[in-house]
Amino acid sequence: MSLFNVIDVAGNAMNAQSVRLNVTASNLANAGSVSGDPAAVYRARQPVFETFRQTLDHESGIASVRVAGIVESPAPLQLRYQPDHPEADADGNVYVSNVNAVEEMVNMLSASRSYKNSVEIINTTKDLLLQTLSMGR
Amino acid sequence: MKIDSLALHEASLKFRAHRNEVLSSNIANADTPNYKARDLDFATALAKVRGTGVGLLQTSALHLGGPGSARSDGDLKYRIPTQPTLDGNTVETDVEQAAFAENALQYRASLSFVDSALKSLRFAIKGSD
Repeated sequence: MSLFNVIDVAGNAMNAQSVRLNVTASNLANAGSVSGDPAAVYRARQPVFETFRQTLDHESGIASVRVAGIVESPAPLQLRYQPDHPEADADGNVYVSNVNAVEEMVNMLSASRSYKNSVEIINTTKDLLLQTLSMGR
Repeated sequence: MKIDSLALHEASLKFRAHRNEVLSSNIANADTPNYKARDLDFATALAKVRGTGVGLLQTSALHLGGPGSARSDGDLKYRIPTQPTLDGNTVETDVEQAAFAENALQYRASLSFVDSALKSLRFAIKGSD
């Protein structure tokens, strides 16, 4: 029954979007973190989505989605002169993480919208399946 | 007569179920870079079922089918986006959602046609409901 594939596809989409929400939550939680060592500062992370086909048949048109990996943002770190900070380096500077709160909020909204779309797809498809099952009664 | 219309609606249900898969794949990949949205064309599918399409003669199972032949999947097409995006993704969520809702409605319509055809067949056999 091909409608069952739809539930798989939408489930994978929800999975990918929830990873994105998780990553966004980590980014926001670490938005203000500082360190005296630039290598140890938290850098914003972003999941990268990719299409994968559950069946090898490209012509079926079924395309699922998964998280290919999580990349760290290459945006420059903020340098803050704060000699009284316990983490400050020899020059009195601390490095602040490069998380952009506005970007993260937009990401969060987009992820939650996409997640809701997938839920709607599952609901509609479930209705169609149930109606098909009761056909001819 | 009734059996004919049942077969037509069965083909329609199959088409709608397949289109449901394709459209939900589009919505699932709304945030995937470089994903190209696809859709099925109803007119091509209908012509295929009614056999009005002009196909190529296939003397071997390995031959490629032309447009309108039963083996061709040429009705799966790429959508042309109205607005370009920087990441190469051509999914427009509102367009896909509208198509998905329409497709689900058409599926329900076909279901109710099949249902009423079955009901009248049963009525003809039993003479009562």
